[in-house]
Amino acid sequence: MRNKQRDKIMTQEKSSAPRIAAAQIRLLERLSNACAVSGDEGALRQVVLEQVRSAADDVIVDALGNVLVTCRGQGKDRPRVMVAAHMDEVGFLLTHKENEGIFHFDTVGRIDARQLVGKPVLVGSEQIPGVIGVKPVHLTEIEERSKVISIKSLRIDIGLGKDSKVKVGDRATFATRFFRLGRNLCGKAFDDRIGVATLIELVTHAPTNIDLLAAFTVQEEIGLRGARVAAYTFDPDLAFVLDCTPAFDLPSWDGEENTRYNTRLGAGPAIYIADGGTISDPRLIQLLVRTAEEEGIPYQFRQPGGGGTDAGAIQRQRAGIPSVSISVPGRYLHTPVSLVRLEDWKQTLNLVYAALRRITSKTLT
Amino acid sequence: MKSIIKTLVETPGPSGYEAQVRAVVRKMVEPFADEVKVDALGNLLVRKCGSDERKVMLAAHMDEIGIMATHVDENGFVRFTNIGGVRPFNCLGGRVRFLNGALGIIGAERMLDESKVPPLEKMYIDVGASSPKDCPVHVGDVAAFERPFLDLGDRLVAKAMDDRIGVAALIETLRCLKTPLHEVVFVFSVQEEVGLRGATTAAFGISPYVGLAVDVTRTGDTPKEAKMDVALGKGPAIKVRDRGMLSDPRVVDWMVRAAKKAGLPYQMEVLERGTTDAKAIQITQAGVPAGCLSIPCRYIHAPSEMVDFGDVQQAVKLLLELLHSPISLK
Repeated sequence: MRNKQRDKIMTQEKSSAPRIAAAQIRLLERLSNACAVSGDEGALRQVVLEQVRSAADDVIVDALGNVLVTCRGQGKDRPRVMVAAHMDEVGFLLTHKENEGIFHFDTVGRIDARQLVGKPVLVGSEQIPGVIGVKPVHLTEIEERSKVISIKSLRIDIGLGKDSKVKVGDRATFATRFFRLGRNLCGKAFDDRIGVATLIELVTHAPTNIDLLAAFTVQEEIGLRGARVAAYTFDPDLAFVLDCTPAFDLPSWDGEENTRYNTRLGAGPAIYIADGGTISDPRLIQLLVRTAEEEGIPYQFRQPGGGGTDAGAIQRQRAGIPSVSISVPGRYLHTPVSLVRLEDWKQTLNLVYAALRRITSKTLT
Repeated sequence: MKSIIKTLVETPGPSGYEAQVRAVVRKMVEPFADEVKVDALGNLLVRKCGSDERKVMLAAHMDEIGIMATHVDENGFVRFTNIGGVRPFNCLGGRVRFLNGALGIIGAERMLDESKVPPLEKMYIDVGASSPKDCPVHVGDVAAFERPFLDLGDRLVAKAMDDRIGVAALIETLRCLKTPLHEVVFVFSVQEEVGLRGATTAAFGISPYVGLAVDVTRTGDTPKEAKMDVALGKGPAIKVRDRGMLSDPRVVDWMVRAAKKAGLPYQMEVLERGTTDAKAIQITQAGVPAGCLSIPCRYIHAPSEMVDFGDVQQAVKLLLELLHSPISLK
């Protein structure tokens, strides 16, 4: 049940537009620094629950751990609009204890083995520090150094003594802490903490023309598993997915035109037309493009190709759910440090919020 | 029926962009249907009432493989990616038609070794432009391969026979259908070539009693082709298995019995690659007995796919036989 005081607060909040300012950047910092490898999203779920509770009409944590938040609008024939962002990140899983303080591990989600050697990590819910060590240059031959070291031959070393707190089955992440770099933000797991931060801001400033069904999903990085069941529960009329997509907008070595950049930093939110899992609903692409052009919000199309978002699972749920994805472009995703441009994040929130406010029961006709 | 086939195959409709095909089909089926509607993903659902409310779902996909523009370079060349199973060796020198009407040809960067087919990333589409400004194509624009319909008498050739020939067979079946025993839902599905996406949601929405896909299958009757006991001109093929589905044996038996009873030629199909909308139907909700009637087709996913017109006509007759008699699954 809603109480009057909360209704009053909500009305005030709903009348103001969402924005990205110091408080939201601090929240992103918290989200980025938290550890939530696929299947073990508890730490992030706590932050999300704490942030959304006061603004929501209904909050449930479902059987898989998705946080499903309903913000009801006002008026008749309100479209039910699902907006999803995934809480989980890629990382590591300790698989076998080799020795005191030395663990075998496997990757969870797609991580390039070349990114691993020599990186500090944090292990388990208490974030115990460790390192992925490697034989140093002094002791290696030239031939050895030209080869990628497989994950099988790498270990996480947490040093002797502390491993009573660390056990097989614990997850680990890169140890990167959030920092600012000029106009950019850097940290681990912006894929998809930046989507989570955006969705929290939308929940606390929910548009009233729709029922906003916010899904903070689990297990995206290992096959869109949380979104699949979240969409079944919500059974929405249409869906938006907020994610973070690679930008490979660097100049080529010989000065030739870069034709495969995926997205570019500074060019605004990236709208998906097609990826490996979803062909976006053309009506929703149109809604986003028209909104951007009429509101003067910059945008870009993510280059059609592979990869995928939670939309791949949502679109195919039940009798079909028209879906589209919007991403903040980010450099160096799935490595220890991702880099996004603050302005792109702000414009992504602006675009999604403006588009949500334009949705009516006729949007899909 | 040949004119229906020609119209269908010459209408472009890559996966996700089936609107033109849907409009053509809708016009053809409306006079014969009890209800026609389009679902959330764009599947065209055509209902024909019967005395038994348990539904038979028949699915043929409207979409075809194609390409999508990913970048227009500073000289107006269009880089592209595939929609569905586009093979690079079928692309070089080919022509494409974008949905906005723009035509283009596919070229490739200099090949250092001509015995190796370059990947799509090394190819581009030349639409006759010289800069992004005068290029009629933008990132995200969709094109289908361009090739006119060819009538060789018994044999018919076109791009997108996969699966417009199935669409044509369903339309013809609907036109010839008297009162079916069971309610029949003809599903003209979307996005099959990218992963049976349309049939997945259509099957959930319909929740059929039994489901059949009508799609093409490959043959083993061309020079040095991989062995396969399906040939052009020997009748439609009753699918036993493919990579995505084991047909329900009761459905296979039902189809075989109907073919024998009506004296129609048929072949048994065991396909080692690929799958059809029947896979999605079979595993929807709590499960559906499913099978597939295949139309043998040579050169699948090349811009010239060949079928036998007699096989198509026999397929229609078999579908009518199935719909006009009681379903017995045993």
